[in-house]
Amino acid sequence: MRSAALAGLPAASAERPAPPALWRRFPSRTATFCLVELQKLSHDRTELFTRAVQPVLWLVIFGQTFSRIHAIPTGSTSYLDFLAPGIIAQSGLFVAIFYGIQIIWERDAGVLNKLLVTPTPRAALILGKGFSAGIRALAQVVVVLVVSAILGVALTVNPLKIVATFVIVMLGSAFFACLSMSIAGIVLKRDRLMGIGQMITMPLFFASNALYPLAVMPAWLRALSKVNPLTYEVNALRGLLIGTPANYPVDFAVLIAFVIAGVTTASLLIGRLAR
Amino acid sequence: MTEPAAVDVRGLRHRFGDHVAVDGIDLQVLPGEVFGLLGPNGAGKTTTIRVLNTLLPAQEGDVFVFGHDVRRSQTAVRRLLGYVPQQLSIEAALTGRENVSWFARLFDVPRRERRARVDEALGSMGLLDAADRLAGTYSGGMVRRLELAQALVNQPALLVLDEPTVGLDPVARGSVWEHVERMRLTTGMTVLVTTHYMEEADAMCDRVAMMHLGTIRVVGQPEELRRALGPGATLEDVFRRETGNTLDGEEIGKGGLREIRRTRRTAGRVG
Repeated sequence: MRSAALAGLPAASAERPAPPALWRRFPSRTATFCLVELQKLSHDRTELFTRAVQPVLWLVIFGQTFSRIHAIPTGSTSYLDFLAPGIIAQSGLFVAIFYGIQIIWERDAGVLNKLLVTPTPRAALILGKGFSAGIRALAQVVVVLVVSAILGVALTVNPLKIVATFVIVMLGSAFFACLSMSIAGIVLKRDRLMGIGQMITMPLFFASNALYPLAVMPAWLRALSKVNPLTYEVNALRGLLIGTPANYPVDFAVLIAFVIAGVTTASLLIGRLAR
Repeated sequence: MTEPAAVDVRGLRHRFGDHVAVDGIDLQVLPGEVFGLLGPNGAGKTTTIRVLNTLLPAQEGDVFVFGHDVRRSQTAVRRLLGYVPQQLSIEAALTGRENVSWFARLFDVPRRERRARVDEALGSMGLLDAADRLAGTYSGGMVRRLELAQALVNQPALLVLDEPTVGLDPVARGSVWEHVERMRLTTGMTVLVTTHYMEEADAMCDRVAMMHLGTIRVVGQPEELRRALGPGATLEDVFRRETGNTLDGEEIGKGGLREIRRTRRTAGRVG
C-alpha cells in the first residue's frame, strides 16, 4: 500500500454534489429507519408473538373478569369494549418505554457512533427510531384487534378509522420511545434505564384512562392524567375504535406536541451516549 | 490554489473531566496517503479520531477535514467520511446486503445507483456470495469486511479505521488489509487508521504518528523512523525509544477501563 501512495495515485475527490434539501432528507432518513425495523422484524418474527402474550392476557383475563363483576362504571359501554383501546395504548407504551435500551446496546456495539457520523440530522435519527418502536407496537395492535373481535368487542370496521388508529399508536409510541432515549442519554447505562423504565411505566399507565374512566379518579390523579399523553392516546383510540365521544383535534395536537418535544429533547441528549 | 490536507489538526486538546486525553497535538494527513496513528490503549488515538469525525466536540484547537471545519461544517465533514469503529458494529438481524443498503440510504446514494453501488461495495470486499445471509452468521473477518463495505458505499474521500484488526486471527487480519489496500488502489481515498499492531503499520502505512499519553512523540515514514534508530530496528523499537514504554500498557491506568473493556469485547466477539 505504501508503494501505491508514493507512486502518486490520484486522491479520491472530496467534491460532493449538493445534498438533498433538509425537507427531503428528513422524511427520507426517518423512513429508512422504519424500513430497517421492518426488515429486522421480517427476519425474526418470534418477538411479535412473545410480545403479544401480555396484552392478550390483559384482555382475556383482566378484561373478561372485570366485565363480569361490573366493578368499573363505564356507562352504556361494556367494560371489555372500554378496555380494548386502553390495552392497545398500553402495548405501545410497554414496547416503547424500554426502547432506550436498544440505543444503549447500539452505543456499546458501535452502531450508534456510525449512525451519528452519517449526514443524518439527529432529529431524523431520533424520529426514525421512535417510529420504529411504533412499527413494533403496530404488530401488537393487530393482534389485540383480532383478539378483541373474537371476544365480541364492538370494534369499528371503517378502514379510515383503523388507519387513524395506527397513526395514533405510532405517535404515542414515538413519544414514549423518545422519552426512553432521552433517559438513556442522561443515565447512559442499561441497568439504570431498566430501573427507571420500570419505575415510570406503571404510574404512566395507572395515571391514565386506560383501565378506568377519568370520572372515577380522585382529583389529584385526574389532574395528573391531564398531563399524561397516554390519556389523549386512549381518548382518541376509544373514539376511533368504539365510537365514544372524543376531541380528535386536541388529542392529535397534544400527541404531536409531545412527539416534537420528545424528539427535540432526545436529539439534544443522544450525543452524550457517543462520548 | 493548494489542495487542502485531508486532515489538518492544530493544537487539539481534549479533556474528560480532569483527565487530559489529547494534549495539544498538531497533525497533517495528506490526500491519498495511508496514515497510521499508533499507540497503546489510552494514548489518545480514539479521542483524536472522534473529534475529527464529529463525535466529540473540538474543545480547544482547530480540526479541518479537506478544508471543512469540524465545528462549523459537521454535515460537510460527515459526507466525506467512511468510518469503521473499533467495535463490531453491524446489525446482526439484517442481511449483509441490507446492512450496506441501509448506509447507502443514509449517505444519499441516489436510488437509481443504489443497487449497483451496494453490489460494488459488497463485491469489493468479497461478500457478494454471502450478501443475502444474516450478518449474524458471518465470521469475525467477514464482519469486518462488511463494515468496510458499509463505509465504502459512500465512496468516502477519507476512510477512518479505528483498530480494524483487533481480535482477528492473522488470516482474517491479512484479508482485511488486502481489501483495504485494493480499495485504496482503486479509489485513491485517504486512509487514517489507528492500531497498536506495529508490524501492520510498518507494512501498510505511508506515514505514522506515534501517540503516547495524549501527545504525538514522532511522525514520519516507518522506514525513515526505523533507519534513524539503527540497523535491524523495528517500529516497536522506535516506539519504545520515543515513549520509554512497552505496547502492553503498563501505564495504561490512564487508558481507561472502558476502552480496554471495549477492546476485549470486540476481541471476544470476533474470536
